[in-house]
Amino acid sequence: MPITLEKIPGQEERVILSMGPQHPSTHGVLRLVLELDGETVVRAMYDIGYLHTGFEKSFEDKTYSQGITLTDRMDYLSPLSNNLGFCLAVEKLLDIEIPARAQWIRVLLTELTRIQSHLVWLGTHAIDLGAMSVLLYCFRERETILHIFEMVSGQRMMTSYFRIGGLALEPPLGWLKLVEKFVKAFPARLEEYEDLLTKNPIWLKRTVGIGALTADEAIAWGLSGPSLRGSGVDYDIRKKEPYSSYEKFDFKVPTRPEGDVYARYLVRLEEMRQSLRIVQQAMDGIPEGPIKANAPHIVLPDRESMKTSIEALIYHFKIVTEGFHPPVGEVYQAIEAPRGELGFYIVSDGSPKPFRCHVRAPSFANLQALPKMVEGRLIADVVACIGTIDIVLGEVDR
Amino acid sequence: MPSDLESNLTLKKLREFAPQAVDEVREFRGEITICIRPDMLIRACEFLRDEPGLSFRFLSDVTAVDLYPSEPRFEVVYHLLSLQTAERLRLKVRTGGANPSVDSLVPVYPCANAFEREVFDLFGIQFAGHPYLRRILMPEDWEGYPLRKDYPTEGYR
Repeated sequence: MPITLEKIPGQEERVILSMGPQHPSTHGVLRLVLELDGETVVRAMYDIGYLHTGFEKSFEDKTYSQGITLTDRMDYLSPLSNNLGFCLAVEKLLDIEIPARAQWIRVLLTELTRIQSHLVWLGTHAIDLGAMSVLLYCFRERETILHIFEMVSGQRMMTSYFRIGGLALEPPLGWLKLVEKFVKAFPARLEEYEDLLTKNPIWLKRTVGIGALTADEAIAWGLSGPSLRGSGVDYDIRKKEPYSSYEKFDFKVPTRPEGDVYARYLVRLEEMRQSLRIVQQAMDGIPEGPIKANAPHIVLPDRESMKTSIEALIYHFKIVTEGFHPPVGEVYQAIEAPRGELGFYIVSDGSPKPFRCHVRAPSFANLQALPKMVEGRLIADVVACIGTIDIVLGEVDR
Repeated sequence: MPSDLESNLTLKKLREFAPQAVDEVREFRGEITICIRPDMLIRACEFLRDEPGLSFRFLSDVTAVDLYPSEPRFEVVYHLLSLQTAERLRLKVRTGGANPSVDSLVPVYPCANAFEREVFDLFGIQFAGHPYLRRILMPEDWEGYPLRKDYPTEGYR
């Protein structure tokens, strides 16, 4: 029996509305059950699992390196953040050092990922609330970023570009020119979005004061990322628990005290500006050097040494056919993904496959605050609230 | 490193609060894991959340590990975060395979709701006192618990 809302004894009968899973503003296959009094939502409940594919079970059947390809497919709007989270967790387990060049390129690309993920959010959020043209503007810029991804990894979305111990390949010549072009053009584009929305009276009417959460509520409901910072909590994992040399970059963490849809909109817009600053710094200062860690039993050798050195060939054969053996232990690595705290919890029993790999998906946690945000509001506001927590159902259901 | 563990403030305070609550402590790669006695879980979490100087107010994650065929079979794993000190802490509670059950943390951390439903759905662990313990990812009429080690990856055929 599908999830529904039981009638509260002694209360008059109310209309139960099933919204989704094929509703265009539920951003995938989210189903909401709404109990309505007229047009006001009295109670709300979410029903998920339509995209459940058992990634966590699949991890246990794949070697660590093969597991990277699964992470792309969870939050398909920010594949490189997922790659990074998984790789960092395994690297923590193995306790290996990543060369500075690889770390810099990782930072650059994950920040581009953040921008393109926020662009999809902005476009779809705006179209949900009736501002059609913003989507077209946002996708124009996203296309440039996807082109950069394609250039470095050969794929627009399922990149699998970060590997355990570094990067898959040295990025091709001329890719930085494309990044530079984007960095030059993007501030003016951001102005365009702001012109379209920030002072638009219709936008303000649909967002200001809607879905407000206090800081305490946001923490209690496990919100993270821009949704948490929109409620005035200054917590960004990149600042507080720096990974992949984020401590060497200069950026600000935007927060807003209001906690409503509009506040989260402003936070994400400012985040795009800050990400752009990080991209600029990373681009200017990419160090020279290797892109893979010096750990031959873990990292695949490059093609040339594989063909000329017998040791490299043996390692290559062992890594591909068997995988590597990490020490017995367990690690939890959290990163600041575009949607919030993305955590990988890996338990190793010393075999080449993870004994258990759990993903702390930010969308899954953020979705819990939705009923709290919509109760007592109009149906039209439900759409604004779904948009503002920025869920990706591939990640919610995993 | 044992010396690190001795000087850890969280552990010290928790031991002062309830010496019998801490079963075992481990450290790996700078992460501290504390195994809590099942009946002390809620009190320990309340303490960790409310004690000034610790304030682990953010529950990032709840999950479980199936250690089949050893007993106690399941470990329920909690990841806490202190937004104040940016410190993370892993709590573990063990429960047997015959009738796995632990206390629900929903009264302490409301966000445990969906996390615990997921663990119930995929591992079949009961959470006593959970307000709405139903399957969340798998269909309602699904048989078996997919993330258990004795559940085949390709499913039952």
